[in-house]
Amino acid sequence: MSLTREEVRHIAGLAKITLTPDEEEVFVNQLSSILEYVKQLEEVDTSGLVYGYQVEGLENIQDPDTVLQTDEETRKRLLTLMPGRIGDLLKVKKVFEDK
Amino acid sequence: MELKNLTIVQAHKGLVEKEFSCKELTEQYIKKAHERDSELGVFLSFCDESALVTAHRVDEKITQGKPLDMLEGIPVAIKDNMLMVGTKTTAASKILEHYESPYDATVIKKLKDANASVLGKTNMDEFAMGGSTENSALKKTKNPWDTTRVPGGSSGGSAVAVAADMAVYALGSDTGGSIRQPASLCGVVGFKPTYGTVSRYGLIAMASSLDQIGPFTKTVEDASIVFDYIKGKDLHDSCTSFADTARTTYPELSKSLQGVRLGIPDEYFIDGLNKDVRESIEQAIEVLKECGATIIPVSLPHTKYALSTYYILCPAEVSANMSRFDGIRYGMSVSDAPDLSSVYNDSRRQGLGTEVRRRIMLGTYVLAAGYYDAYYKQAQKVRMCVRRDFDEAFKSVDCLLTPTSPFPAFPFGERAHDPLQMYLADIFTVSANIAGVPGLSVPCGFVLRDEKNLPTSFQLLGKHFDDATVLRIGHQYQQVTDWHTKTP
Repeated sequence: MSLTREEVRHIAGLAKITLTPDEEEVFVNQLSSILEYVKQLEEVDTSGLVYGYQVEGLENIQDPDTVLQTDEETRKRLLTLMPGRIGDLLKVKKVFEDK
Repeated sequence: MELKNLTIVQAHKGLVEKEFSCKELTEQYIKKAHERDSELGVFLSFCDESALVTAHRVDEKITQGKPLDMLEGIPVAIKDNMLMVGTKTTAASKILEHYESPYDATVIKKLKDANASVLGKTNMDEFAMGGSTENSALKKTKNPWDTTRVPGGSSGGSAVAVAADMAVYALGSDTGGSIRQPASLCGVVGFKPTYGTVSRYGLIAMASSLDQIGPFTKTVEDASIVFDYIKGKDLHDSCTSFADTARTTYPELSKSLQGVRLGIPDEYFIDGLNKDVRESIEQAIEVLKECGATIIPVSLPHTKYALSTYYILCPAEVSANMSRFDGIRYGMSVSDAPDLSSVYNDSRRQGLGTEVRRRIMLGTYVLAAGYYDAYYKQAQKVRMCVRRDFDEAFKSVDCLLTPTSPFPAFPFGERAHDPLQMYLADIFTVSANIAGVPGLSVPCGFVLRDEKNLPTSFQLLGKHFDDATVLRIGHQYQQVTDWHTKTP
């Protein structure tokens, strides 16, 4: 399994990680060799298996959709961690372009 | 009085019998932690002040003649991916270098309720991704047995804190071996409990279907004590909701091994296993036989696929979990970026290290349309096969014994440049996470490398929620051997 440079750049775009040209080169080689290694899973006959998300024999559970309040101290600490803030609101760059 | 190499049980006894005060105990460990840190690089932050406040509280209880719980006043180190109010939680990453914990992780709350003295937060591979602690963006941790070698990882700081007696015990997290492998490389006990028995609320998530918190200790007895304290259902971690956490492990430790069936899986004694490491494991098997265990050869045919399964599923989950680090709500944020997309990209590029980005890339790839079936879905199916191997084996045995690591601690840089070589350090530990079963690493000897003695360990793997049997076998082994008492 060999990745191309374009594929690496495409994945980096999806993952929101900018790579330098040097890093692209390194990742092409490293990711290709890892994918080559994990390709051995093709050998395993899994045709009779139904794929499930749970390994533990678990079942999904549901909680009631109720809002749990946090205490004032925790709330303050969470707000303090925000990089950009106007009052208690989180400040971000605009999401939509101007017309 | 010099307090050296104390176990939890010994330290507790010393406090109760007034051989020393909690203040003396705490001060001595604070002193050792600071002194040895300059050489070994274990702690990312200290909390001396709060540890001394706890010590004072415990001393008052002793003076008043009140009974003392086992963990009260005992100095502990915490891996820096667990939130604790009043400390930074960095996950050894640039992106969280200045992140102040907003709340207490459930395990921290339990330790605080138990009056444990937290000494500080320990170094690790960035976001727990790695097997040598070399991926820390903040510090270099060295192996106390040979400071030219790695401590293992990702919980390297916690392992060294216990091995070098800078704490009586420590907490780590284990996603593919991150407690057991560094424990083995540093010669201490490391325990990954059954998936779901210990709440991960407040643990920075790496791969949520694999992550588990557990202790580093000097004896298996101590590991059992800590596990009994930290386990339990938690509304904040739904994976604990199904778990059978009621059973305490400590009362079972003293039961003899007569009639215990110990399985030895052929697939773990492969070519890559160092010859002298193998010999030390074989000697341990003989010891357990003399203790009354019946040794039974078993087969886990999908073992050779476990590592590949892990390195598809883990990065897939990593890529999802790491998307929260985007420079918006917390952590490093590049503020002079021209637009929103640049804030994401620049914050992640400046904040996340190479291995983290490599796993995000790998995970994004195996989950991408067109590759999902071939990689992720197939890996999930093989995961079921690995799990069934265990179920099948446990029909005829009570516990399995394997090596923890194929080799002892390796020199800095030896595996750092080839990710696959580093991944191979987890080859014997990942299966337990994939199947969700408990795994315990127990020191069982030394091997010589460059004229230095380096510790080796065996690993016990048990049935789901049968943590008690795993701990009991390890404890019985330590009753007739003294490897765990050796110090660097």
